[in-house]
Amino acid sequence: MTGDREPAKPSTELVPVEPAQPQRKPPRRKKVVLAEAKGSRTVARTIVELEEQTSVGEHLVRSLVWAQFRTSFWMAILLIFTIASLPLLFFLFPSFGDLTIFGIRLPWVLLGALPYPLLYGLGVWYVRRAERHERDFVSMVDH
Amino acid sequence: MGINALACVSIAIIVIGTFYLGYHGSRTANTTRDFLVARRRVSAHQNAAAIAGEFLSAASFIGIVGLVLKNGPDELWYAIGFTAGYLALLLFVAAPLRRSGAYTLPDFVEARLGSRGLRGVAAVITVAIGYIYLIPQLQGAGLTLNSVLPWAPDWLGIVVVAVVVVINVLSGGMRAITLVQAFQYWVKLFAISVPAFVLCIVFAGSGPPDGQQSLAADGPPMFTKDTTVTLEQPVRLRVEHPLRLPEVHGWVNGQRVDGSAVWGVSQQNIGAKTQLSFSAGSAVPMVDGAVQSNADWLRPQSGGLPELFDSYSLIFATFLGILGLPHVLARFYTNPDGRSARRTTLHVLLLLGMFYLFPALLGALSRIYEPQLLVTGKTDAAVLLLPQAMLPGILGQVLGAIVAAGAFAAFMSTSSGLLVSLAGVVSTDVSRGRVRDFRWSTVLVVLAPLVGALLLHNNDVSLGVGMALAMAASTFCPVLMLGIWWRGLTWVGAGVGMVLGGSLVALALIGNIVSSYTGNWSPAVLQQPALITVPVAFITMIIVSKATHRRRPEDVNRIMLRLHAPDPLGFTRDRDVLRFGEGQTDGRHRRLAIRPRLRSRRSSSTA
Repeated sequence: MTGDREPAKPSTELVPVEPAQPQRKPPRRKKVVLAEAKGSRTVARTIVELEEQTSVGEHLVRSLVWAQFRTSFWMAILLIFTIASLPLLFFLFPSFGDLTIFGIRLPWVLLGALPYPLLYGLGVWYVRRAERHERDFVSMVDH
Repeated sequence: MGINALACVSIAIIVIGTFYLGYHGSRTANTTRDFLVARRRVSAHQNAAAIAGEFLSAASFIGIVGLVLKNGPDELWYAIGFTAGYLALLLFVAAPLRRSGAYTLPDFVEARLGSRGLRGVAAVITVAIGYIYLIPQLQGAGLTLNSVLPWAPDWLGIVVVAVVVVINVLSGGMRAITLVQAFQYWVKLFAISVPAFVLCIVFAGSGPPDGQQSLAADGPPMFTKDTTVTLEQPVRLRVEHPLRLPEVHGWVNGQRVDGSAVWGVSQQNIGAKTQLSFSAGSAVPMVDGAVQSNADWLRPQSGGLPELFDSYSLIFATFLGILGLPHVLARFYTNPDGRSARRTTLHVLLLLGMFYLFPALLGALSRIYEPQLLVTGKTDAAVLLLPQAMLPGILGQVLGAIVAAGAFAAFMSTSSGLLVSLAGVVSTDVSRGRVRDFRWSTVLVVLAPLVGALLLHNNDVSLGVGMALAMAASTFCPVLMLGIWWRGLTWVGAGVGMVLGGSLVALALIGNIVSSYTGNWSPAVLQQPALITVPVAFITMIIVSKATHRRRPEDVNRIMLRLHAPDPLGFTRDRDVLRFGEGQTDGRHRRLAIRPRLRSRRSSSTA
């Protein structure tokens, strides 16, 4: 590797390694792990299997990706049907635009205020589901 | 109006605050990782405020209000689309992008598709998007300073913002601007919500000014008092209601006019520097393209099929464009892991939603109180001038000063975000990515947009942003979506699709610029091409990737694993650590050996 490196930042040092010999550097490791001291001691076989891309591992990953994609996809469909259908609605039924609630025209409420709580709600729902998929995946891998 | 000392003071406060926070944040910034990704230690809430602060640009702060004033509620799709774009980002990109460990968008492209050449293409497109986005920001700064200080030339605001931003970015890169942008989000929220509340109370108390038509009336707005307007740029006015002008000084339809004039139903081409006086009670003639009748203005989709096309094209561009904007994505690399990237996006939805409640209100008030802006076409100034139009006293001036400060915050936070992401890309792709390289890249990168902002026509701020979004939606959006969710993408497919989509948008952009100099002939398709270019890019990528399926990266399964595996399993490898960890610059990091212990979650990797 290039010769002019300065050891001023020992913590971020990158060591050229032969993978066969796991050269351990305990003090360096300490600095970077800052949060989430996860108790997952079961590094275990499944993770190695994932990394080695055995058929089992690959199947696991595929099913995770598929589950996540399905969730995202259906959320997007929901978004399209709720919000992105409004212009068409206003176009097809112009009289819809003349309705009034509380002295304000309905379209102004529908376009000016209502989408934002809806978007946030969709977001919350999605994050919950996505994180549940991930928890399921982790617990499956751990056992 | 005279010199508005209050506005000067408030803008100065914002500029100084920005400087100070930038200095504060950059004290500990000294490595490449500080400058590029703020060491990936920004918490979800702070990052969300910074993202919202960066994203609420001139387009959001002053542009949407101006467009609503001109065209009615359909323009609110900008605000909705921007927010919905973040939802799309949350659904499809946020967590996997962070887990990829990339530090710029071109770096992600290389990590996923394994092609150095494509990385270069991505870098070029990143710079193009950044420039298209940056120019309207700088022009907006000029406009803002110009409307609070009429003596200030347009270039002064442009130069002030550019200098402040460059100094901040030079001093600490991403590390410095994180705090600045988060602070500026709250400035902007304050600066739009307080005037909106006060002005609504004023309106509820006193009602519309005497002589103004109601917003539901079937006619244009009226001048409520004698008004004199000076045009800075030539405009074409559509006169639908005959009116008599007591005083006209300047050029009308190519002829010199000095004195009174009577206009029938007609089109009038007014030259620059022309002074027009209108008497109270006459209908407001409007620039071409503005919606004339209040009743039509109040109703959505009153423009028939072309307007429907416009709306959907805009929705398309914003829903999909946000998730390809390099400077927005750059902020997501600063999160510690994928989960917090998701949390960040969610919080952004909340912050943006709060902000976007106000532009609709202010736009409607502008239509009542500031119809003269429809004559000059400088509707972007609406939100800046509204407080003084409604409240002539000291209170109006204070509110005006607050709005001006918010607008300035908008330009600075967006410009600094853009500059950091551009400098990051240039310094890591063109040179070796040391801190020194980052600094000279910053200076280099800012020159072209600065010149562009000074020379180019001042169009609506939002339109330039719309074009940048169309570009992002037709290039990076398909690469990210397909790259993250589809194994079959190859670098050939991605390259062809990006180049095709990008050049189509570039053609549309050039057509637009040419048409703005030669009589505004460009059709709607050119102004918002996303509805066509995005599907073209997607389909091209899929077809070409299928045809070249042998070019698929060999380790695609492992890459997919890294993108999607939950954070606790520890598959994420931060590529910036691999590359800059000890100053090495070989740029390729395919040496991921299988190691028995994979628990080390982050930079501790010895790969």
